[in-house]
Amino acid sequence: MAKSQVAMKVNGNAVEELVEPRTLLIHFLREQLNLTGPHIGCETSHCGACTVDLDGKSVKSCTVFAVQANGADIRTIEGMANADGTLHALQEGFREMHGLQCGFCTPGMITRAYRLLQENNNPSEEEIRYGISGNLCRCTGYQNIVKAIQYAAAKINGVPFQEAAE
Amino acid sequence: MTVDPPRAQGRMPVIPGSFSYHRPTSVKEAVGLLATLGDDGRALAGGHSLIPMMKLRLATPANLVDLAGIAELKGARADGNDIVIGAMTTQHDLIASDLLTAKIPILRETSLQIADPQVRYVGTLGGNVANGDPGNDMPAVMMCLNAAYQVTGKNGERRIAARQFYQGAYFTALEPGDVLTAIRIPVPAAGHGSAYEKLKRKIGDYATAAAAVVLTMKGGKVESCSIGLTNVAETPLWAEEAAKILVGSALDAATVKRAVAAAEAITAPAEDARGPAQYRTKMAGVMLTRALARAKSLARG
Repeated sequence: MAKSQVAMKVNGNAVEELVEPRTLLIHFLREQLNLTGPHIGCETSHCGACTVDLDGKSVKSCTVFAVQANGADIRTIEGMANADGTLHALQEGFREMHGLQCGFCTPGMITRAYRLLQENNNPSEEEIRYGISGNLCRCTGYQNIVKAIQYAAAKINGVPFQEAAE
Repeated sequence: MTVDPPRAQGRMPVIPGSFSYHRPTSVKEAVGLLATLGDDGRALAGGHSLIPMMKLRLATPANLVDLAGIAELKGARADGNDIVIGAMTTQHDLIASDLLTAKIPILRETSLQIADPQVRYVGTLGGNVANGDPGNDMPAVMMCLNAAYQVTGKNGERRIAARQFYQGAYFTALEPGDVLTAIRIPVPAAGHGSAYEKLKRKIGDYATAAAAVVLTMKGGKVESCSIGLTNVAETPLWAEEAAKILVGSALDAATVKRAVAAAEAITAPAEDARGPAQYRTKMAGVMLTRALARAKSLARG
């Protein structure tokens, strides 16, 4: 099958590549661009481990063809840190609040939470839980992931983070 | 919007089969392509049903005609007493629309119960209603609202009522080469009440059973009522008899019970991981009872 030319911006860098139309975005990112932060979990649009930010939307990159992303602006976990190399507030939050155990779901969780906070920079606990309902974690029970996102929201808003009493 | 995990189907996910990719920029161009390609072509909307099917090789189109590049298929606008929503408008767009939230709030309520945030950013209203999957939520809502689908095919444009559209699981009134371009919904009367009650095992799941209700009240009595049911038959259902029973009543318990029985009587759910058929029929009744009560509480008049 003839390959198609795609051009897109990935983590701020212009990228031009040839892809088969059937190449899924997750495989394109991981195998052609060596961006292995987005993970392949279920491959059936359920788990959210492959989540990337595409033109201001959180998408499951296992369910998008790379050709559909032609012209898009994409951000993966590799593009999340601040320009000076320090951690993004979400990355810091996941570290400080122990928002991960095995870490497999973390890139998808952080990328999804990034868009959630872009749309609502002061979400309630319920809004956070609903907002990350497309991302599965099989280790943590989500408690610390929610705290990590609350931590990041507080940091972004310049207010002290106060952990809710348990 | 998503298919059941592969284990349930005895298959492993794989890479989709090879296909050629087309990205037309007008409906005319898309219809022309689909007419030329015939059985080898398939329209691609959000892809969150089709791409999983392609990974399982349950769908192997030789050509995909991506509708995402057609600007005229996006957005919602008022047109007289109707609201017209472009087929490529996503569930996320529906949730964010002030026009729809004000005029037809059941659309936002239903959208928020579809799949999960990531899927809603990409999944479209047109794909949801055109696919013919009895698990999809919007078809029953469209039947409830008496929506019509605008379709363009090789012989021009036509409208198909949602209530006439669904023929069987994945079988619809669409002909090969047709593109469903827009959904036209008559705006329900001001002061109407509506509700979509969906029972599901978890976020992202299809309904075990769900019920859509739109009603108007006058002097404490039901003036008009329409009911749609999701995933309790091979097609979405419009529960016409059940709604007729309720008109003129004050939604008293005895009348609601009769209407629920009439609604349950038209269901024919499959037994699957969501439960035995009898259970799913009963849950359709429970969802309808709840939807009626909530719609009444939201109605003025």
